[in-house]
Amino acid sequence: MPSEAVQEYTVAQGRAKSFYARYARKEELQHQTHYCPGCGHGIIHKMLARAIDELDVQDRTILIGPVGCSVFTYYYFDVGNVQAAHGRAPAVATAMKRSRPGSIVISYQGDGDLSAIGAAEILHAANRGENISVIFVNNAIYSMTGGQVAPTTLIGQKSTTTPEGRRAANEGYPLHVSELLATLEAPVYIERVGLGDNKQIAQATRAIRRAVEDQARGLGFSLVEVLAPCPTIWKMNPVDAQRWVRDVMEKTFPLGVFRDHTKEAALRPASQPAPALDEIPRLLGLAEEDLPTGNGCMLARETNVDLQVRIAGFGGQGVLLLGEVLAEAGLVAGLEVSWLPSYGPEMRSGTSNCHVRLSSQPVDSPLVSVPSVLVAMNEPSLCKFDLTVRRGGWVIYNGDTFPGDCMRDGVHVLALPFTRLADELGDPRAANMVMLGALLEIDGVLPQASIDAALHRLVKNPRWIELDERALARGRELLKDALRRGSLAKEPCAEA
Amino acid sequence: MRKQLMKGNEAIVKSAILAGCRGFYGYPITPASEITEAAALYMPRAGGVFVQAESEVAAINMLYGAAAAGVRAMTASSGPGISLMQEGISYMAGAELPCVVADITRGGPGLGNIGSEQGDYHQVVKGGGHGNYRTIVLAPHSVQEMADLTALAFELADRYRNPVFVLADGFVGQMMEPVEFPQRAIEAPMPAWAVAGTAATRGNLITSLHMGCDDLEAHVLALEAKYKLAEQREACAEEWHAEDAEIVLVGYGIVGRILKAVTAEARANGLPVGLLRPITLYPFPIAHFQHLASRARVFVVVEMSNGQLLEDVRLALNGACPIEFFSRVGGNAPSHDEVLQLVREQALRLIGEERMAHA
Repeated sequence: MPSEAVQEYTVAQGRAKSFYARYARKEELQHQTHYCPGCGHGIIHKMLARAIDELDVQDRTILIGPVGCSVFTYYYFDVGNVQAAHGRAPAVATAMKRSRPGSIVISYQGDGDLSAIGAAEILHAANRGENISVIFVNNAIYSMTGGQVAPTTLIGQKSTTTPEGRRAANEGYPLHVSELLATLEAPVYIERVGLGDNKQIAQATRAIRRAVEDQARGLGFSLVEVLAPCPTIWKMNPVDAQRWVRDVMEKTFPLGVFRDHTKEAALRPASQPAPALDEIPRLLGLAEEDLPTGNGCMLARETNVDLQVRIAGFGGQGVLLLGEVLAEAGLVAGLEVSWLPSYGPEMRSGTSNCHVRLSSQPVDSPLVSVPSVLVAMNEPSLCKFDLTVRRGGWVIYNGDTFPGDCMRDGVHVLALPFTRLADELGDPRAANMVMLGALLEIDGVLPQASIDAALHRLVKNPRWIELDERALARGRELLKDALRRGSLAKEPCAEA
Repeated sequence: MRKQLMKGNEAIVKSAILAGCRGFYGYPITPASEITEAAALYMPRAGGVFVQAESEVAAINMLYGAAAAGVRAMTASSGPGISLMQEGISYMAGAELPCVVADITRGGPGLGNIGSEQGDYHQVVKGGGHGNYRTIVLAPHSVQEMADLTALAFELADRYRNPVFVLADGFVGQMMEPVEFPQRAIEAPMPAWAVAGTAATRGNLITSLHMGCDDLEAHVLALEAKYKLAEQREACAEEWHAEDAEIVLVGYGIVGRILKAVTAEARANGLPVGLLRPITLYPFPIAHFQHLASRARVFVVVEMSNGQLLEDVRLALNGACPIEFFSRVGGNAPSHDEVLQLVREQALRLIGEERMAHA
């Protein structure tokens, strides 16, 4: 009786331990796969499961399934399973491996998934030399969606979107993924194998095992491209489909090893041990002892400060640093402060500006639309912001003469060639600090010690600190001189 | 507690690391790049992973991998990059993976410009990817809140197993203010559902795929129940001089700051003005609106986008109170004077109405 014969039959190649005994995640027919008769996935799954068994890495394995016919790898593999978006498995694999370096991360992808929509992800994962194993199943067509052209479709091959056959003039040429990735420096092992006959299958088994083994040894990126039959979409019987792999596909996609650095590959550097938790604030520069001292101690609380400053000039003139020193000094002096820059390409060419507020009260809006002081380091900045300065406010302008069309009433003006004055001190780039010195002398609220503390916190080079200190002092003198000459206000107003 | 001057973008990274984040996967874009740069510096120091991805598409899918592995992880981008990330965010919501995404908004649509805008409201608050999902959205208006809300974002992401956005604008990302941090770091426990390459997690599966119609429906309903819970528990807003306000200004992010200055000046001038600043944009703080509507005579919505926040305010008020609207876009911020002028007009109108009523 046939049933008795089955009972006596011993399966030489029994179920791999890394397969589930029953496919419980599958809705129906839980004793068989969802793959069509003659499909390459079944046999490739078996090779992979056996490699996992032989290398004894089942508990450590994370299998990342693609979008395509093999989207359901998690039905079958008794390993940690993750399903990824179309083409993105190498990106998912990258972070999983880096997050859990002890795991074995395998990205299982088809040719639509890997070579079309996921072309960027596989290229860059390979180029970074991620220590992952990629199983790339190439059947020259989009199977799950019903047979559309893939980057790997052969010239002349018909598909539902190349009904007359693929033409190079319209769809380009078949994409040779293994050859392409083999041009990169990082990959350790890349081989194309086939399922065209038993000899090819034996080689494919060895290649898949090696791709997993290389990862287990910590060598780096491996990819095995498997030419696989798709009888259903190719509209062939399984036997003809297997022959077609060997007799036709292989002519476009020659089998072979395209990269083998297994012997000479250096082990990827092990990740550094994580620091102790209580070390973290210090590593982030947040430890209490590293922060500015004297917050809130230096300025009498009853002082009512509301300084709103707009600083503008060319990129490279130190506009943002000027504002930063001012804000930092305000913080040291115990004031509420804010600093808001213009950003982006403006920093690299053209004009740059920032808003700074120092206040006894919490700063409501950090935007300074009506400044009490404008520091204009060039003429365009002066023209842009001059009219915004509030009545009774100040304009500090870097120029010999104040442009006639910027003249206006009710605003104090200090116009001096600050760049030349800074040059006389030793470097024209210190003009920003000369102007800051003048500003501080106008305001008169911030203690010198807060300025010194801010400068030392923000400027690391001792030569620059020394120069900046002289520049600040020079700025203060210049303002005092101008006050003595009484040449500041166009038309002094009550608040001055 | 000592404070230090820091950019909002940098505060996000430091707060994230203190909150146990050990993975950052990003792609540079103005005005969010400082986040990626700070992560490149600090994440490896803290024993975490930093990868600059080849694209925002790859970055968000790396986040999917890190989250699947049970690690607290984040990314940061701005408008065009967030558009590209929407695929992965939908997958993460579907697969119930926690993560934090910082969106430092710039001008759009398209390449727009790098100025500060709030035009990402719809794509972030309404869930810009496909399918029935939501993201929790926190909207800081100061550097201190950039730090505090980032830490909260990681808590909420884990609590709801869902992506959480920190939605800020270029101003809040770029500006420096004094900020203080907790002096201790948290170690996030590994969640039981993760796939971590261990015997204990071998039986776990991370997927957003539910083949059966009934299966997917049950999944979507379960997600919805989770979002309802978040709506009941997490909605948050700041009311500022709002309790007796007849004119309620509404704005989030940097606009909230501008509106505080306007409110202060209007109050100094004796006008009954207050501010309602949504801190969570989803869940939207509907109860605050309904509460204030009982006394308020007009709500004035101010935003740096074209009526995107306005739609949620309309839904929240549901006709309970008239709404006025003011917006600047393209990288322009509403000026103090523009908004103050609008407030004065409204005050005059209300006084006029009162006189008519008493005449």
